Amino acid sequence: MDGLVEDLKSLLPYLRRYRRSYWVGLAAVVFGTAFQLGSPWVLRFAIDALARGGSPRQVALYALTFVGLAALAGIFRYLMRMTIIGASRWIEYDLRNDYFAHLERMNPAFYHRWRTGDLMARATNDLNAVRSLLGPGIMQAASTILVALGAVVQMFSLDAVLASIALLALPLISVVVFRLMRRIRLLYDQIQAQYSRISEKAQENLAGIRIVKSYAAGSREIRLFAKANEEYVRRNLKLAKVRGALVGTIEVLAGIGILLILWVGGHRVIHRHMSLGELVAFMSFLAMLSWPMIAIGWTLNLIEQGRASWIRIQQVMQEEPEIADGPRTDFSIASLRGAIRFDGVSFSYDGAWVLRGVDLDIPQGAAVGIVGRTGAGKSTLVHLIPRLYDPTEGQVRIDGRDVREIPLAVLRRCVAIVPQESFLFSDTIAANIAFGTDGSEEQIRWAAEMAGLLEEIQSFPQGFDTLLGERGVNLSGGQKQRVALARALLRDSAILILDDALSAVDAATEERILRNLRRIMRGRTTLVVSHRISAVKDLDFIVVLDEGRVVEMGTHDALLSFRGLYWELYQVQQLEESLSAL
Amino acid sequence: MADQDYREEEILGKAYDARLMRRLLQYLRPYLAEAAAAVVLLLLLSLLQLLGPYLVKVAIDAHIARGRVAGLAAISLLFFAVLLLQFAVEVAQSYLIQRMGQNIMRDLRLEVFGHLQRLPLSYFDRNPVGRLMTRVTTDVENLNEMLSSGVVAIFGDVFTLTGIAVVMLWIQWQLALVSFLVVPFLTVATFMFRSKVREAYREIRVRIAKINAYLQENISGMAVVQLFGRESRNLDHFRKLNYDHLEAFLRTIFYHAVFFPVVELLGALAVALILWYGGIRMHAGSLTIGAVVAFIQYAQRFFRPISDLAEKYNIMQSAMASAERIFRLLDEPEEPDFRSPAIRPAVVRGEIEFRGVWFSYNGEDWVLRDVSFRIDPGERVAFVGATGAGKTSIMSLLTRLYEPQRGCILLDGVDIRHIPRDELRRNIAVVPQEVFLFAGTVEENIGLGNERISSEAIRQVAEALNIHEMIEKLPRGYREDVRERGSRLSLGQRQLISFARALAHDPRVVVLDEATSSVDSETERMVQEALEKLLAGRTALIVAHRLSTVQNADRILVLHKGEIREVGTHSELLARQGIYYRLYQLQLAGLKVERPVEGESSAPSSEAASHAPATRA
Ligand SMILES: Nc1ncnc2c1ncn2[C@@H]1O[C@H](COP(=O)(O)OP(=O)(O)OP(=O)(O)O)[C@@H](O)[C@H]1O
Ligand SMILES: Nc1ncnc2c1ncn2[C@@H]1O[C@H](COP(=O)(O)OP(=O)(O)OP(=O)(O)O)[C@@H](O)[C@H]1O
Ligand SMILES: [Mg+2]
Ligand SMILES: [Mg+2]
Repeated sequence: MDGLVEDLKSLLPYLRRYRRSYWVGLAAVVFGTAFQLGSPWVLRFAIDALARGGSPRQVALYALTFVGLAALAGIFRYLMRMTIIGASRWIEYDLRNDYFAHLERMNPAFYHRWRTGDLMARATNDLNAVRSLLGPGIMQAASTILVALGAVVQMFSLDAVLASIALLALPLISVVVFRLMRRIRLLYDQIQAQYSRISEKAQENLAGIRIVKSYAAGSREIRLFAKANEEYVRRNLKLAKVRGALVGTIEVLAGIGILLILWVGGHRVIHRHMSLGELVAFMSFLAMLSWPMIAIGWTLNLIEQGRASWIRIQQVMQEEPEIADGPRTDFSIASLRGAIRFDGVSFSYDGAWVLRGVDLDIPQGAAVGIVGRTGAGKSTLVHLIPRLYDPTEGQVRIDGRDVREIPLAVLRRCVAIVPQESFLFSDTIAANIAFGTDGSEEQIRWAAEMAGLLEEIQSFPQGFDTLLGERGVNLSGGQKQRVALARALLRDSAILILDDALSAVDAATEERILRNLRRIMRGRTTLVVSHRISAVKDLDFIVVLDEGRVVEMGTHDALLSFRGLYWELYQVQQLEESLSAL
Repeated sequence: MADQDYREEEILGKAYDARLMRRLLQYLRPYLAEAAAAVVLLLLLSLLQLLGPYLVKVAIDAHIARGRVAGLAAISLLFFAVLLLQFAVEVAQSYLIQRMGQNIMRDLRLEVFGHLQRLPLSYFDRNPVGRLMTRVTTDVENLNEMLSSGVVAIFGDVFTLTGIAVVMLWIQWQLALVSFLVVPFLTVATFMFRSKVREAYREIRVRIAKINAYLQENISGMAVVQLFGRESRNLDHFRKLNYDHLEAFLRTIFYHAVFFPVVELLGALAVALILWYGGIRMHAGSLTIGAVVAFIQYAQRFFRPISDLAEKYNIMQSAMASAERIFRLLDEPEEPDFRSPAIRPAVVRGEIEFRGVWFSYNGEDWVLRDVSFRIDPGERVAFVGATGAGKTSIMSLLTRLYEPQRGCILLDGVDIRHIPRDELRRNIAVVPQEVFLFAGTVEENIGLGNERISSEAIRQVAEALNIHEMIEKLPRGYREDVRERGSRLSLGQRQLISFARALAHDPRVVVLDEATSSVDSETERMVQEALEKLLAGRTALIVAHRLSTVQNADRILVLHKGEIREVGTHSELLARQGIYYRLYQLQLAGLKVERPVEGESSAPSSEAASHAPATRA
C-alpha cells in the first residue's frame, strides 16, 4: 500500500468531477447497510412474537415491516450502484477521451517509440482495471469497512478485553497483507506488460496479414503468438498463487481471532468473568467480521491492479510532446505567405546525422525539386517544414519567422503535404479528399480532377461515396496515391509539398497530373521530392541531396552542366530510354 | 457494417443461448479433471466451513458450559488444524480454477488467432484491424470473470439450491409451496433482465470494437491527422463512439441495479410469506415455532445462492455476448485450401498460365476480363498498364490471395487450386506494391523467421542487392530494430529490404509489383544488374510504371481496364504503335526539357530561378 495515495493522486481531478455521485453513493452504502443489518432484528421480533403466540395480524405486520426494510435496502442498493458504478463508467469515458486527445498531441517521435498494440492495450485492458478500482473497488471498500466497523464497535461494547484479543492478529495481518500486496502489484504489472506483447503481436500480424499470407508465414506467427500466450498464462498463474495466499492468509488470521476468543473467552466463562450468552453473541459478531475480511482481500487486489494499470496509463499520459505551441509561440501570426528558409539545419533521429548544415532559400511562390538517392534525407528535410520533427541544429524559417514561433495550427493549415506513403482512412472517398477541410462537393470534384482521378472515381459503382477499407485497401496503389494528392490539393495552402507523390502512377497519368499541377503551383511555394527527373526538371530550381548535404542546386540545365550527381541520375534514366530507342 | 452484423445476430434469439453455452463448455473438456477436482475441493471447503462452527458449538456445549478446562486446549488445536486445512483447500481450489480459466482463454486466443491466419484476404478488406484485435484480446479477456469465478461456482449453487428445495418440501410441503410462490416472479424478472441486459452487452461488444478500430486507425495515421489539422474533429468522433459505448453500459448498470435488489426483495417476500402463513398455521396449532424458525433459515439459505446466481448471471450475460462475437468469427469460412487430389509438384519449374480468368472483388464489377497468358519457366515477363488496370490483382490471384470467379490459373500445368496453399506460396515470392516491414530486426524481416534461411544467405542477398552497406551503417547493422512498419528506414530502404526478403526465400517464381518505385534510378540500375544474376532460372513477373524497369523483359503484357491488349517484346510493341508506344513516348518526352506552354508558365518562375544560385558542393 506504500505510496498508494501518491500513485492515485492524478485520478483525483476525475473523481472530483463526479464527487456528487460518489457522496450520494457512499451515503447509500451507509443506509443500505444499516437497513440490511436492521432486518434480522425485525425477524427476531417476529419470531419472538410467534413464540409468544402473537396474533397473525401482529406477525403479518412484522412480516410487512421486514419486506419494507428489504425494499428500502434495495432502493439504497439501487442508488449505490447507479451512482458509484455509473460514475466509474463516466470516468472511464473521460479517461478514454483524454487518452485519445493526448495521443493526438503526440509527435511522430513518440509513435516511433511506442507500439500501436501497446497503446491499444493500455486504452482497453488497463483502463478497465482502473475503472474496476473506481467502481466496484470503491463500492466494495466502503461497504466492507462499514460492516467491519459495525462489528468491531459492537464487539467492543460487549467486552473490550475480548475484543482487543480478537483484534490481536490485526497487526500481523497488515504486515503479511502489506507484503503480499506489493508482490501482487509487481506480478500484475508484469502480466499487463505481457498482455501488451500479445496485443502488439496481434496488431502487427493483422496489419501485415498480406505478407504473412504471401510468405505462408502463418504457422510461424501462430508459434510466436502461442509463446507470448504461454508466458501470459504463466505470469497469471503466479499471480493466482499469491492471490490465493492472500485470501487464505486473511481467513486464517481471522480464524486465529476466533481461536483466541474460544480459548480466552472459554476460560473467562469458566471462571465466571462473563456469561455464556455474551460469549456466543460475541462470536456471532466475530463471524460477521469474517465476510468483510474476505472481501478486504478481494478489494485490495482490485486496488493494486487498478493502481498498477493507472501507472501504466500515466506512463503514456505523462509524455509531453516536444513539438507543441509553447512560450515562444507568437499567436499573432495568423497566416503565412510561404517563403521558406533553411538556416544551417542539421538533424539526427538518434545519433547519426541525417541532415547536415542544410542552407536553402526558397522564395515565396517558387517551385523547387528535391532529388537524391534513397535515404539521402529528402523526406526528413520536408518533414521539418510542418514540424513533424524539429531540427537538431539550425532553424527552419517561413516568412522569416522560425517555425517554432508559428502556432502549430497556423503552420499546418498553411502547409499541405502528400506523404510518401499514402495513408487513407476507412471512410468514403469524398470524405478522404475533404479530410481537413470542409470542401464542397464542387471542390472535391475539382481536386479529384486535378489529381487525375475523376474519371476513375466516376466509374466506381458508388462514385465518391465508395467506402474505403482501412488504409484504402480496396484501391490500387496509384489510386491511393492520387486520393492523397487530391486531399492535399483541396487544402489550397501557401506551401505544397509532394513527397514522391507520383511514384505509383503511369506515365500518361503522370503527365496529365503534372500539367494540372503546373497551374496549381502558380503563386504557391511548392516542393517536389521525386526520383523521376521528369517530375522536377521544369521547376524553378532543383536541390540535390546526398547523405544529408545539399551537394548541388540550380536549374535543370545548370545542374546538367555540373556533371555531378544530378547528371548521373539523369544519365541513368536517359541512357535507358535512348538505349531502348534503338 | 458492424451495425449490420449486429442486427443479424438479433434474429438468432433465444435458442442460440443453449447452443452458445454448450459450445463454450466444449472448451472445458481438456480440463475436465481439473474442473472435477475444483468442484470436489469446493464441496470439501463448504464442509470444512461447517466444521468450524460445529467445533465451536462442541467447545461451548461440552467444555465451556460445563466448566471443563481440560479439553478446551485440544479442541482449540483441532479447530486450528481445521483452519489450516481450510486454508490449503481454499488456495488449491482457487488456483485450480484460475489455471483452468487461464488455459481456456489461451486456447481461445490461439484458436481465434489461428483462424484469422486462415481467413481469406477479402475478410481483412472488410474488417478493420482494431475490430479483429478486439476479438482476440478484449473479448476473450471478457470471459475471464465468468471462467474464474463463474462456471464452477454455478454448479455449486445449483446443487445447493436443489438440495434445499428438496429438504424444504420434505419438511413441510405446504409451507414450502407458499415460499415458492415468489419463484414465478423471479423467473419473469430474470427473463426480462436477460433480454434487456443481453441486448445491451451485445451492443457494448460492437461498440467497443468500433472504438478500438477507430483508435487503431488513428494511431497508425496520426501524422496525417495532425498534418491536416483534424485533431478536434476526430476527437469529436471518438467522443461520440465512446459515448455510445458508455450509454450502453449505463443501461446495463440500470438493469443490474434494478434486478439485483428485486431478487433480494423477492427473497424477503418469501420469508415474509412464511412468517405470515406460518403465523396463521401456528395460530391454528398445526405448526410449531421450531418448524417456522427452521423454515425461515432454509428459505434464507435458498435465496442466498439465488442472489449469488443473479450476480453471476450478469457476468455470464456479458461473457456470452463476447462468446457470441468470438464464435461468429470462428464460424467465418476459411480460405479454401487445395482441392483433392492434392498435387505437390516435386520440383516446380515455374510455368504459369492464366486461362480465361475473370475476376471481381465484389459482384459484377469486373477488374479482370478474360485474361489469358502463358509464361515459360525462367521467362521474365513485364506487366504494364495504367493505374487501376488490374496488375496487382493478377499477382494476388496467382498466390491465391483472392479466387477468380471464372477461368483457372495453372502452375506447371496444374490448377493451383489443387496445390496446397502454403506450398504454392512458398514457391512464389512477392515484393508487394505496398511495403510492409514488421517491428523487429532487419534480419528477421528478410528471413521472416524461416529456419531454412541462414543469416549467411541473408547477407549474400543483401550484398547482391547493394543494400549490405546501407544495413551495416545502421547502429546495430542487421540486428537493428526497424520499428513498427519499418519506420526507422526511409521508404526506399524499406522497399529494398522487402526486395531482399523475396529473393532470400529462394522461390521459383518472383513477383515484383512496383518493387523499385520508391528507389532512385542509380540504385534501381544496380538492382537491375543484380537481378540478371539473381533471377537466373526463375520465372519473374514484373509490374512497373517506369518503362526503364521493364524494357529488358523477355515479353511485355499491356493491360488496359482489366484486359490484355498487347503482348510482345519492347521493340515489337514500339513497332505496333499502340498503348505501349504512347506510354513510351510520354516518358521519353518527360525527360526532354520542355519550355512551358505559353500562358501556363508560372509567373514567379524566372524570378525564382534567377534568385536561386546554381551551386555545387
Ligand atoms: N525515424 C527514424 N529514426 C532513425 N532513422 C531514421 C528514421 N527515419 C529515417 N531514418 C534514416 O534517415 C535517413 C534519411 O531518411 P529519409 O526518409 O529522409 O530518406 P529519403 O531521402 O526520403 O529516402 P527515400 O528516397 O527512400 O524516400 C535514412 O538513412 C533513414 O534510415
Ligand atoms: N481489395 C480490393 N477490393 C475491391 N476493389 C479493389 C481491391 N483492390 C483493388 N481494387 C480495385 O480493382 C482495380 C484494379 O486494381 P489493381 O490494384 O489491380 O490495379 P493496378 O493495375 O495494380 O494499379 P496500380 O498501378 O495503381 O497499382 C482498381 O479499380 C481498384 O480500385
Ligand atoms: Mg523519402
Ligand atoms: Mg498495383
